[in-house]
Amino acid sequence: MKLGDGVETYGAEAQPRVGFFTDTSICIGCKACEVACKEWNLVPDDGLVWTGHSYDNTGELSANTWRHVAFIEQQAPDPIKQGKQDFRWLMESDVCKHCTHAGCLDVCPTGAIFRTEFGTVVIQDDVCNGCGYCVTACPFGVIGKRERAAASSPAAASSPAATGRTSGQSPDVLQTAVASDGLGAITKRELSGDGGMHKCTLCYDRLQDGMEPACAKACPTDSIQFGPLDELVERARERCGDLVEAGVSEARLYLADENDGIGGAGAFFLLLDEPEVYGLPPQPVVPTKNLGTIWGAAAAAAGALAVGVAAAFLGGRE
Amino acid sequence: MSATSPTNALSYYGRPIVKEPVWNVEIPLYFFTGGLTGASDLLALAAQLSGNQRLRTSALAVATFGTAVSPYFLIKDLGRPLRFLNMMRVVKVTSPMSVGTWIFSAESATTSIAAACRLFDVLPRVRATAQVLAGLIGPAQATYTGALVAQSVVPAWHEARRELPVLFASSAAASAGGAAAILTPTEHAGPARRLGIIGGVAELATSKLMEKRLGKLVGSVYHEGDAGKYSRLGTASTVAGTALMAFAGKRRVGALAAGALLLTGSLCERFAVYHAGKQSARDPRHTSIPQKERGGRAVTQPRSRTGNGSSPSASTR
Repeated sequence: MKLGDGVETYGAEAQPRVGFFTDTSICIGCKACEVACKEWNLVPDDGLVWTGHSYDNTGELSANTWRHVAFIEQQAPDPIKQGKQDFRWLMESDVCKHCTHAGCLDVCPTGAIFRTEFGTVVIQDDVCNGCGYCVTACPFGVIGKRERAAASSPAAASSPAATGRTSGQSPDVLQTAVASDGLGAITKRELSGDGGMHKCTLCYDRLQDGMEPACAKACPTDSIQFGPLDELVERARERCGDLVEAGVSEARLYLADENDGIGGAGAFFLLLDEPEVYGLPPQPVVPTKNLGTIWGAAAAAAGALAVGVAAAFLGGRE
Repeated sequence: MSATSPTNALSYYGRPIVKEPVWNVEIPLYFFTGGLTGASDLLALAAQLSGNQRLRTSALAVATFGTAVSPYFLIKDLGRPLRFLNMMRVVKVTSPMSVGTWIFSAESATTSIAAACRLFDVLPRVRATAQVLAGLIGPAQATYTGALVAQSVVPAWHEARRELPVLFASSAAASAGGAAAILTPTEHAGPARRLGIIGGVAELATSKLMEKRLGKLVGSVYHEGDAGKYSRLGTASTVAGTALMAFAGKRRVGALAAGALLLTGSLCERFAVYHAGKQSARDPRHTSIPQKERGGRAVTQPRSRTGNGSSPSASTR
């Protein structure tokens, strides 16, 4: 797999590119990854809402959900059960893809989003000014805004039942967490309503201490595997080949090819159905791929505007 | 929905694939005021060069107004407004918002200097330089916002990447022409009227072309919901404003009405584009169907331990 855009600036300090291989064929839907992520990263609650969508009351990745387990109940022969059952579960733990060509990083106008020495993509919370451009540039809908708590509106209170989504906590209650630093001093950290954009950091703090990310550590079946990306891709190809040979013809890798629209992902997947069934885009492309066309169109438009103004003055004498 | 889903589901419970933009109404309002500023600065420069002092004064006044209100919209929409200066930490060509920050800063500074020098009648050479610079930056100011929304994964915006900057430029021209025609006595307002007409016609033509290029699926957003509402209102206003400016613009009342209609049409067009983006982001089919048709290497199926990827599409279903 290629290095992530921008890693070359680290020179000798660059580390091998790491990432996740999420093998959905052995996911049991326990949501330990969701919980571990919340706990380690102090991610605020995202509301407890009944969606009616199988066992998924989390809904989607967002500012306050950095791991999301999708549940699909299908009326289809389960290939793993050798046709003895006409029903199968699909479960998939979704996460930020840490793209080789990351749209969010490309458009961030403050430099808050950066490429780490591990090739991952992280938002610096103390720099982000909440402009929201990254939200529109992510092909996977990963990044979200942690809305400011002060904005209390009746619409927010009435929407969850209809849409299955909520910003979570009562808007006028600021959540705070109290953590001890071990020396008796207490630090308070505001968890919600900061107005900034948030997503998975691939546990940057744990990586710097040589530890694996919380979700992979907690996964009881090794459906989420962490490691050097090249090793993971190799292992994933073997696993996928084995599954196909064993008769699971639906097995396929998603985002494991560096020639796809995002240059391959730092977090890729083994899926058992089409990507869109899991809520994933079938052929994601980083918008920056068309940057030349976009700036070209803007330059042409600016030229046309100048011509239009000139024509307005030359068009007649009164 | 039944307890189990069919195997040919095209989405995950109908949920969006990409996130709906988190921008609020301040953003389309800025698209309007920013475009008005850029086109008015260019109009002011052209009026100055052609010796039409009265029209220059009107256009400069409009640009100054746009410059004064735009920062409010831009800063208010930030999740952390007090950190607006963080925009000036970097210059990134991959981010039209970053490039636009610098364009807008230069446009604001030059317009303010030109207006202040004019108001207090001081520093003529500084004023002249500022006015020329403001006029030259004007076209960039009026078009970068089209590039900004195009550089996204929102289907109705990214798939209209060729048309959006032109649409925004013509919308800006229509509004600048309309505003200047309102503020200028008719005998001096000829170029403003013609700019309004040129902009109005171009705005109508480009929006139709954009809808057509977007195709049936994604283009349908301009006929539904809020985008449809603003699109219809914008088209009606611009058609009426352009026609009125052409046939009754030489009368004071006609110019006032036509100018107001062109401004309304331009404002509605920005809101139509804004809502179109939100609506198309919400619909997973707008993301998944065009992507599947385009194809690519996102899904591979290694068949053996040698690890050669191949497309699995034939092997499923």
